[in-house]
Amino acid sequence: MVPFSFAGHDFLADPQGALHWPAERALLVADLHLEKASWFARLGQFLPPYDSQATLAALTAIVERAGVERLYCLGDSFHDRFGCDRLPEEARAMLLALTARLDWTWILGNHDPGFADHCGGRLLEEAEVAGVLLRHEADPADPRPEISGHYHPKLRLQLKGRNVSRRCYVGSSAKLILPAFGALTGGLDAGHPEIRRKVGPEAAAFVPVADRMLRFPLAA
Amino acid sequence: MEMLERAHAGRSALLVAATGAGKTLAGFLPTICDLAEQPAEGLHTLYVSPLKALAVDVQRNLLTPIEEMGLPIRVETRTGDTPSDRKARQRVRPPQVLLTTPESLSLLLSYPDSFTLFENLRTIVIDEIHAFAREKRGDLLSLSLSRLQAIVPDLRRVGLSATVADPDAYRQWLAPDADEELVDLVIGDPGAEPHLDILIPEGRVPWSGHSGRYAARQVMDLIQRHKTTLVFCNTRGLAELIFQDLWRVNDNALPIGVHHGSLALEARRKVEAAMADGRLRALVCTSSLDLGIDWGDVELVIQMGAPKGSSRLLQRIGRANHRLDEPSEGTIVPGNRFEYLEARAALDAVDAREMDPEVFRPGTLDTLAQHILACACAAPFEQAALLREIRSAAPYAGLTDEVFDRVLQYIATGGYALRAYDKFRRLVEDSPGHWRITKPAVALQHRLNAGIIVDNPMLDVRFKNGRMLGRVEEGFASTLTVGDHIFFAGLSLEVLSFKDSDILVRASAKEARLVTYGGQRMSMTTHLADRVRAFLASPQEWHRFPDDVREWLEVQQRRSRLPQPDELLVETFPHEKRHYMVMYSFEGWNAHQSLGMLITKRMEKAGLKPLGFVANDYAIAVYGLEPIDDPAPLLSADILEGEFVEWVEQSMLLKRAFREVAVIGGLVERQHPGKRKTGKQVSFSTDLIYDVLRKYEPEHLLMKAAWEDARARMTELGRLARLVERAADQMVHVATSRVTPMAVPLMVIIGREALPSGTADDQLLIEAEALAQEAMRLD
Repeated sequence: MVPFSFAGHDFLADPQGALHWPAERALLVADLHLEKASWFARLGQFLPPYDSQATLAALTAIVERAGVERLYCLGDSFHDRFGCDRLPEEARAMLLALTARLDWTWILGNHDPGFADHCGGRLLEEAEVAGVLLRHEADPADPRPEISGHYHPKLRLQLKGRNVSRRCYVGSSAKLILPAFGALTGGLDAGHPEIRRKVGPEAAAFVPVADRMLRFPLAA
Repeated sequence: MEMLERAHAGRSALLVAATGAGKTLAGFLPTICDLAEQPAEGLHTLYVSPLKALAVDVQRNLLTPIEEMGLPIRVETRTGDTPSDRKARQRVRPPQVLLTTPESLSLLLSYPDSFTLFENLRTIVIDEIHAFAREKRGDLLSLSLSRLQAIVPDLRRVGLSATVADPDAYRQWLAPDADEELVDLVIGDPGAEPHLDILIPEGRVPWSGHSGRYAARQVMDLIQRHKTTLVFCNTRGLAELIFQDLWRVNDNALPIGVHHGSLALEARRKVEAAMADGRLRALVCTSSLDLGIDWGDVELVIQMGAPKGSSRLLQRIGRANHRLDEPSEGTIVPGNRFEYLEARAALDAVDAREMDPEVFRPGTLDTLAQHILACACAAPFEQAALLREIRSAAPYAGLTDEVFDRVLQYIATGGYALRAYDKFRRLVEDSPGHWRITKPAVALQHRLNAGIIVDNPMLDVRFKNGRMLGRVEEGFASTLTVGDHIFFAGLSLEVLSFKDSDILVRASAKEARLVTYGGQRMSMTTHLADRVRAFLASPQEWHRFPDDVREWLEVQQRRSRLPQPDELLVETFPHEKRHYMVMYSFEGWNAHQSLGMLITKRMEKAGLKPLGFVANDYAIAVYGLEPIDDPAPLLSADILEGEFVEWVEQSMLLKRAFREVAVIGGLVERQHPGKRKTGKQVSFSTDLIYDVLRKYEPEHLLMKAAWEDARARMTELGRLARLVERAADQMVHVATSRVTPMAVPLMVIIGREALPSGTADDQLLIEAEALAQEAMRLD
């Protein structure tokens, strides 16, 4: 976890994409896409049925390390609205254990609008915490500080002949987009025009390394 | 004529002959005779070649004699490029002779009507068999052969091959049940000995480099003096670079062109046509021209950089003068002094008729999965009968019941221990041992995704008017920004914009960057490596070398040591406040890359503060802040157990292999052109799938397939293992006070070569950020 400040608040950013907000004793994650594999299996692509388990195991580990009390999932928590019904037993048990001990908020995304909630937590369209708006998809018309998900930003660079590709945060003074946290979630190039349009002209990609946050301006 | 006799006897045959010996026609002669004597409707002969272009070329060459003789024989091609209405018609009213590729044949076999389509098939001719029998496309074809033989038991198999080291191994591959006695061997006229030499401008061979760029002017002179010249380069990027270099010294504006596998199809066809008509004086090309089209009047073949293998060199040189009575003419332009030795070794190997060793490995599991699904799409099957049929294909003779079962389970439901997908199954076992697909959609999906070649994701390079120039890899494209210049398709191009999966460009005159493609480099074959080692240890041979190469070796001998063939020489010396260790292992660039990573990791643990490493085909140099007094522990055999396995599992090597098996094995669908999503991506990265699988089911069939690929196909792993095993007994350590002559070719690439010298990605990112900050500072 590396220190990172946004809109006057201090956060700790995890390379996998979880944002720890110590002052609020909260953890923010976006785009878990639980049960993505089983959604594709229906179409004849048998991805490993362990994605929910992998995602939730990683989340549990961070929750324990950070010692938070509240957790916000910024949408697309399930790959589709029936994903919650398909959770394999082990993954379901992990999720229930998490929602039982944490104050848990599901913010709805475009993949999981109105999913039937059998695993605890509350469902919200959006939330506001200490003046920061939490929603699934960034709204460029809203001037308030905002943290969102949806785009799965990834920074891709070719350095000394090697392609380096990392999940990254994309932010400006008032907008912050989290990387996707799900084990099987791919990425969209951080410099994609749609992301830059949402975040504004001073958009930069942020990549946590061992001891600090690296900043890469996203030139148009 | 001998081929005719074999055919009359109903015998299968393997014809081995040099390029230009008229192999292909010899393969077809029996078919033409047969159909001339007894005209018949229905598919009589299948011809399978590894290249679409070759099928088209053969069609042209066959039609001429058939028309001249006025024979009622239809000859058609069927490849991925064939329009769908013609494909449909071919299944209803097939031509007597169908020219196709392994992939298209496998697709034909996935249709229920394949049983009637092939019922009268007499002969299958497989061209350029040496080029793909040992690859996955060979596995697929071998399985298709078994299927065809099950449909028509008296099918005759005919293989056509360039000269190979071990023809019997190919007979075995070609034969049903790997019974080589069933396939007669026919050896063609070997033709005239080629004339080969090494080009050394002004008697100097450079210390470093691997492209032979320095010789551009001399190469241009050779082009000037010959009617038509092929200039082979070892990579696509180098082909573009050499083309630019030649263009700069092309004072007489001779028509020259460039050809490689990433250029647009139309562009390649145009260049090929210009070449065939004799409108080009020279064509700069890559392995894209190793096979295929016969151009008759190529007078000279130039190999830029080291040839890497003697068979490959011979086949390339064979592209010149496709007439047997005249010798082919070839010239090698070595890039540096080691490459000079390699070039000399290759010429000696050609003189001694020593061919590259050919390793046949067991059939791959992803290909098997694809084939079984194709069979299931054609008709329900009996498990035992299908297994028998599959085992009659040579690569799968050793397939166990257990693995076959796992492949079936994998196709049916993904084959996971957590049986999550039973309700979505693709295959169902109706009654014990009797299988069928669950719904027609499975067959449609299979036919859309089948295929053996898995490209890296690519972007199209186009002019604004839409004309496509070719394709670059997504990874490379992501490093381009608007306003950048690249050398591509023989032009300098300015990037104007990015649109979906297109890069829009316009021609420019500026200096440009080279396009790079990922993947492995070609490594020098082991027998050339052995010959180079033998040179080092035999001063009596040195009189054959140019003065500067000879002096280089002599000084090395005085200042350090020249390794005996069974020695592993390791030198250590300080240089500019750093400490170097150079190991002359001769196991090829790929193996050296792996070894570099492992050694630097060990140095870190030992507190030797490594800074990085560089490698070429011949040696590896590691450097750090502390002197290495004892190299032996850095290479002890236990490196292969713990660290090696761990490293391979995390490496791109295995991830790349996994990506391939996941696509070929039908775990994930291919991205289809035109269906690429904009904005949010739908496709998933096989790297992520790999990570999940590695953690939760490391024994999964596809993990096994990926490991087998990495072990068997990427021979570097084997070479690495041998090297480490040798190290304990054979290491000879020489500590010197300063850099040695043999180390120089490596030393000069430190800092220049784009290699990620062992540094972790994190470090690269940190450097990149610092650089950007430095550049943007306003003071």
